[in-house]
Amino acid sequence: MTARNGASPPASGAPGRRLPRPGRITPVRISSFTAVSALGRGRDAHVDALRERRSGLRPNDFTGTPLGTWIGRVDGLEEQVLPGRLAEWECRNNRLAWLTLQADSFIEAALQARDRHGPGRIAVIVGTSTSSIGASEEAYRRLTPEGLYPEDLRRPIVHTPHSLGDFVQHALGLAGICVTVATACSSSAKVFAQAERLLRTGLADAAIVGGVDTLCGSVLFGFNSLELVSAEPCRPFDVERKGISLGEAGGFALLEREALAGPWLLGYGESSDAHHMSSPHPEGLGARLALEDALARAGLEPARVDYVNLHGTASARNDEVEARLLADLFPARTRASSTKGWTGHTLGAAGIVEAVLTLLALREGLAPGTLNSRRLDEACGPQIRLENEPAAIRYALSQSFGFGGSNCVLAFGGELPA
Amino acid sequence: MNPPVRSAFVDGISFWAPRLPGWELARQVLRGETTAPAEPARRPAPALLPPTERRRAPDTVAVSLEVAARACEAAGLDPATTASVFASTHGDLAISDYMCDTLVSTPTLTSPIRFHNSVHNAAAGYWTIATACYAPYTALSAHTSTFGEGLLESLVQAVTDGWPLLYVAYDIEAKGPMATMAPSAGLLGAGLVISPRASAHSRLRLDWRVVDGASHPPTVASPGTLALVQGNAMAPCLPLFEALATGRGEVSLALGPGLALGVEIVALECRG
Repeated sequence: MTARNGASPPASGAPGRRLPRPGRITPVRISSFTAVSALGRGRDAHVDALRERRSGLRPNDFTGTPLGTWIGRVDGLEEQVLPGRLAEWECRNNRLAWLTLQADSFIEAALQARDRHGPGRIAVIVGTSTSSIGASEEAYRRLTPEGLYPEDLRRPIVHTPHSLGDFVQHALGLAGICVTVATACSSSAKVFAQAERLLRTGLADAAIVGGVDTLCGSVLFGFNSLELVSAEPCRPFDVERKGISLGEAGGFALLEREALAGPWLLGYGESSDAHHMSSPHPEGLGARLALEDALARAGLEPARVDYVNLHGTASARNDEVEARLLADLFPARTRASSTKGWTGHTLGAAGIVEAVLTLLALREGLAPGTLNSRRLDEACGPQIRLENEPAAIRYALSQSFGFGGSNCVLAFGGELPA
Repeated sequence: MNPPVRSAFVDGISFWAPRLPGWELARQVLRGETTAPAEPARRPAPALLPPTERRRAPDTVAVSLEVAARACEAAGLDPATTASVFASTHGDLAISDYMCDTLVSTPTLTSPIRFHNSVHNAAAGYWTIATACYAPYTALSAHTSTFGEGLLESLVQAVTDGWPLLYVAYDIEAKGPMATMAPSAGLLGAGLVISPRASAHSRLRLDWRVVDGASHPPTVASPGTLALVQGNAMAPCLPLFEALATGRGEVSLALGPGLALGVEIVALECRG
């Protein structure tokens, strides 16, 4: 469906009617963060894979019905077992959530925060696209002769989107505000914005943010039906790119206003495309508004941004629009890349995984390049790099754009801007 | 320590359920001034969608666009510059049933339109497309606390951003085997325009605070109201709309296992 003619957005690149530009926010410390993806478990596994330019993608071995594509699959999820007290939440997505909580001792940091602030003062704001729909898919494959779910899957909480948020809250013994954000591929970026607002208004002292999305039939065959999946490992921004590689991942970050150490969330920007359910605005208008708001909240000019982790899915439309936007707004010294050649497109987890990769780029002084790609699309400016480069990165952005025209850009800093 | 009480203003109210189709009627029924129609109304056909698409739009889109448009109209608010929060417990249960069923038999024949309509933010996406709105939206879920958490996020955005905001909450009827695990009957959509400041459009004041859940159990709607939207997963919104209908009252809405959103609806003095 499209908007009726009379309600079409402006056709030019000029912004339409919009809300006023936001003012600067007080930065928030990220006292702990981690991710698990096809690259491995925890921060070091991700840094090593970035440095060694080792992709986590493999030929699809996930679907029963063959589908010729490459996927970013997390090893060992099938053997992962939830503790007995969490058995009610058993499913692939929550197993990955549990695995991710263990990585880099994130769970220890979260439990220490719980002891410091109290269980009711820590919010859980997590994003996902499909949550544990994989459990519902399995139930449909194994229906009883009466047409009912098999007995082991008669657990309502894994058949609803909030499965993820509810699991994380119970796994950590928390009792505060708890929400699952589901805005497709911007989900686990937008959680930073929602958490910052809760901290700013004093409704929480700390927030567990992040997201988890696991491979399932719905997304593999769904993206296949849209003719968006590539038969080869994805090549973001390559002139011969052939579509996306899907992946699964989890990631978490602990946000605390009072923390003494850790990088900073400097700002965020959110917007809508007002254009199409599964295709980006042709001039990247929504993306531009989100980017400008993130910079405004952070108090940064584009020229001060050292690195941008792009959405860069390797779909024809996204990469073209995003490349032009970068070329328009940033000087040549700003480095930009897509890391989806390493992880695949992890959908609802893309926001947090790429936030973590951006934070690692800040910490390691490493600007990742773009894996698998060989020759850049002519829409790309000098910002978009294929090779990794050592670089002092003080301020960095991460961009996430989703179906339904939902955009979110996050601004991070290793230090505070003057 | 007593949590601070904050105030917001209700500038627009909308509601749609088959036996309470529209806020004007729903308000009268909830006030006891009239009885609900015996026959359920047909599902709304949002004028924002092109005529050819009104009938094939998913139920989630039909009911949420209807209440979103009515709430903005009532508030005299331009949707194109209004941020929004969309909340749904289960999202599009009919499409989820279709997807799970198709994946068993013919996964490679999955419909691309139904797939992109399956995302939890489909209704919000269509709303922003239809209204040429570049302002942000979010789409969230919190199981049985969905209505309360969505309202809280709306109130927080009104405080932090400082401008009026649209809140839309909805759930639809479950289909197929899924209905046993994610039960929901009929359609229910509810909309509010919440403003941080009083304006000529403000109807009621909404005082709110986050309180301990154990000492503030969720308010239960009257049996009569519950019967009119029997079994819809968004029924936890009803106590607030009862208070909005009478123009006063205190309501406690669940926020997960430990907290509650305490809301008091206060009438505004008539201003000539």
